[in-house]
Amino acid sequence: MSDQPLLTMRGIGKRFPGVVALDGVDFAVRAGEIHALLGENGAGKSTLIKVLTGVHEPDAGEVRLDGKLIRPASPKEAERAGISTVYQEVNLIPSLSVAENIALGRQPGKFGFLHWPALRRHAREALARLEIACDVDAELGTLSVALQQMVAIARALDLNARLLVLDEPTASLDEKEIAELFAIMRRLRGQGMGVVFVTHFLEQVYAVTDRITVLRNGALVGEYPTAELPRLQLVAKMLGRDLAETAAQAEAAHAVHAAASPLLVARGLERKGAIRALDLEARRGEVTGLAGLLGSGRTETARVLFGIDRRDGGTIALRGREVRLHSPHEAIAHGMAFSSEDRKVEGILPNLSVRENLIVALQAKRGGWRALRREEQEKLCGHYIAALRIKTADAEVPVKNLSGGNQQKVLLARWLATQPELIILDEPTRGIDVGAKAEIEQIVAKLRADGVAVIFISSEIEEIVRNSSRVVVLRERRKAGEFSGADINTPRLMQAMAGGHARHE
Amino acid sequence: MSDDAAGERRSAPAGQPPAPPRAAGKISGPAPARRGFFRSPVLWPIAGILLLVVVNLLRDPTFLKVTIFERHFFGVPIDLLNHSAPIMVLALGMTLVIATGGIDLSVGSLVAITGAVAAMAMARGVESLPLIVAAALGCGALAGAINGVLVAYAGVQPIVATLIFMVAGRGIAQSLTGGNVILIKHPAFEFLGNGFFLALPFSALLAAALYGVAQLGLRRTAGRLFIEAVGDNPVASRFAGVPAARTTCLVYIVSGICAGIAGVLVASNIRTADPLQAGQNMELDAIFAVVVGGTALTGGRFLLSGSFVGALLLQTLTVTMLFVGVKPEVATVPKALLILLVCLLQSERTRGWLRGLFARRAPA
Repeated sequence: MSDQPLLTMRGIGKRFPGVVALDGVDFAVRAGEIHALLGENGAGKSTLIKVLTGVHEPDAGEVRLDGKLIRPASPKEAERAGISTVYQEVNLIPSLSVAENIALGRQPGKFGFLHWPALRRHAREALARLEIACDVDAELGTLSVALQQMVAIARALDLNARLLVLDEPTASLDEKEIAELFAIMRRLRGQGMGVVFVTHFLEQVYAVTDRITVLRNGALVGEYPTAELPRLQLVAKMLGRDLAETAAQAEAAHAVHAAASPLLVARGLERKGAIRALDLEARRGEVTGLAGLLGSGRTETARVLFGIDRRDGGTIALRGREVRLHSPHEAIAHGMAFSSEDRKVEGILPNLSVRENLIVALQAKRGGWRALRREEQEKLCGHYIAALRIKTADAEVPVKNLSGGNQQKVLLARWLATQPELIILDEPTRGIDVGAKAEIEQIVAKLRADGVAVIFISSEIEEIVRNSSRVVVLRERRKAGEFSGADINTPRLMQAMAGGHARHE
Repeated sequence: MSDDAAGERRSAPAGQPPAPPRAAGKISGPAPARRGFFRSPVLWPIAGILLLVVVNLLRDPTFLKVTIFERHFFGVPIDLLNHSAPIMVLALGMTLVIATGGIDLSVGSLVAITGAVAAMAMARGVESLPLIVAAALGCGALAGAINGVLVAYAGVQPIVATLIFMVAGRGIAQSLTGGNVILIKHPAFEFLGNGFFLALPFSALLAAALYGVAQLGLRRTAGRLFIEAVGDNPVASRFAGVPAARTTCLVYIVSGICAGIAGVLVASNIRTADPLQAGQNMELDAIFAVVVGGTALTGGRFLLSGSFVGALLLQTLTVTMLFVGVKPEVATVPKALLILLVCLLQSERTRGWLRGLFARRAPA
């Protein structure tokens, strides 16, 4: 590791109408280091990245790469200067082959004809450099998300990149895939490249990074060597406040209501290719955690329970009466709610206002013939915007203009407004910042205290441990164990998820 | 039209400094409403109409002249209103269909079918006007229901589903009339497309009334919310409990009924059921009216008042072509150009580009 900075950004300022997004931020990355860029949503991480990659033009400050002043006006120019970026969502074309995707936009060939052998060789070399085993003729869409992400990295590095920016690359990966990604990042570090790593997962920060830069409210908080910054201090720096009480309240969830009656009882739930012979109970005043690796059948279970997918076998009983749910509409009528893991596709109505997004489920539950009175709608919005601390100019803003965490809160509010007896939360904290995460966990605790039955799905084991009264672990589409009370701890859950052999990484 | 609030919402730019806090429960005061109007997409079609009127006035200063004869208004503007009524009605249904992210290509043919049904009923000796109209509207509703079921429940692409009736519709209409053009002699029926009510053409008043009813109905029910939700994100709205399939099916039925009304108006106006000519290309006119009125083909937010004005613009244009003496064969070209112009003016991107152009020149 050398001390000569590869990238220096000095005094970067950027304002949008009415908002100062960045205010004199300094940021430096050395060659041969992995550098975490951290902060809550709205801290200015993405704006800083966008300035660096030429999406935004800064109002003030300078960017130097290898001591040379650069002013990229577009991502293409940034790439040419040696800065490559891989975003959270894979921006490739699923119906083309791996080789075509890697060559996209810079195909070798003449007069519009592709030079196929060169194209394939090129792709193979790019993948080999990262030691990725992958058929270059495979259709990209058939690969796992993790492999697609690696292909995206290979594509980004295809040019002689000096600096690689990874903007939340791990959001949709499971643990094994994350480990593979980390191996690649370490390899690149070894080759003297600078890597900027944006993530919400603190474990990953400590697992792979050398240095941390923290931003808050568009300003620099500081730069620290990872080894010298304890986790609690890091969180405190990101939030600007102490989070000790969050750790203290963790144990409260484990208390199991002795008298809790099962609200929902599922027996022998079956769906071809999704879940097999699954028994599940959700009790009033309890949080049932649903843990498992990616593809273990967590989301599939939720979809069957909520009437989105039909079940092939088994029974579902609500309040002791067997029900057959054919649509979310019917499930909602039975007092159920389901907040999907895919906020963009299955959650928000992007162009509609916060108000409309918030009341739509309640309106649907009441039926379409009589609209909720406008005053009633505004009262509900006012209540939930205040109660969940949703950051929005007002209730008429299109919901797409809100940050991810605030969108998630609007979706939670949408379901809370229907006053559900059972709420299924599928990855409610995915892709949102630490502060909003803590707030959403508080909402879960409040729901539990209010006697709502909660089914809580998460791929973060710690989160399951913190919030659940009992935990059902799924593995390969089957129930692999059920835990309650003191049995809920990370090692035991991990063991059940992994199939009897606890993994050490 | 009471769409102004929606127009204002749509055009409120992102990231603006937060508006001064409003008193709780009070909906926008006069100042923001005016700003909303100037940013409203309805502005451009209105400007287009004014422009055309000016062109006509330059050619003939009596263009706008309205006389009173036998207690009715007469004159070009009155004819214009009367003739734009069928397109207005079609555009009403089309707006809702487009708002759900769909499209209804069948309405032109349905105009022919429903007109033929009404004419056949009269030819078979049905005297009662409500029965005749009910037959035509029922037929439109049935066809709309078939479209709706295909799109909402069978998962057929809207373009394909409604193309079936568009293509087959004229054949159906011809087989109904036995391939003949049927003349209509029924004073009450003829009144619908030619008569006057309160000195104004009945058909135009009917169209305006339908818009009013639709506007009110969509507000009283959750119709607007459900339609916009389905158009904005069908999966998410289904997951939120919105009866997405039912909503989608319903808008096609409404569009079919609108086609039935338009079919009656057209047949009544020309006192003929013409299975080949009636409603020719009217589905395209209706789509143009909707688009020009500021409703995006991608679905989601919709603007009924825009479609109303859009239909009026289209008819004004047609009249102007006749007035100026453009041959009917080439009249489609200026029509297309004007539509293009209005759409360009509505596009955020073009407007941004124009703003940039002027901003750069201003200091020089």
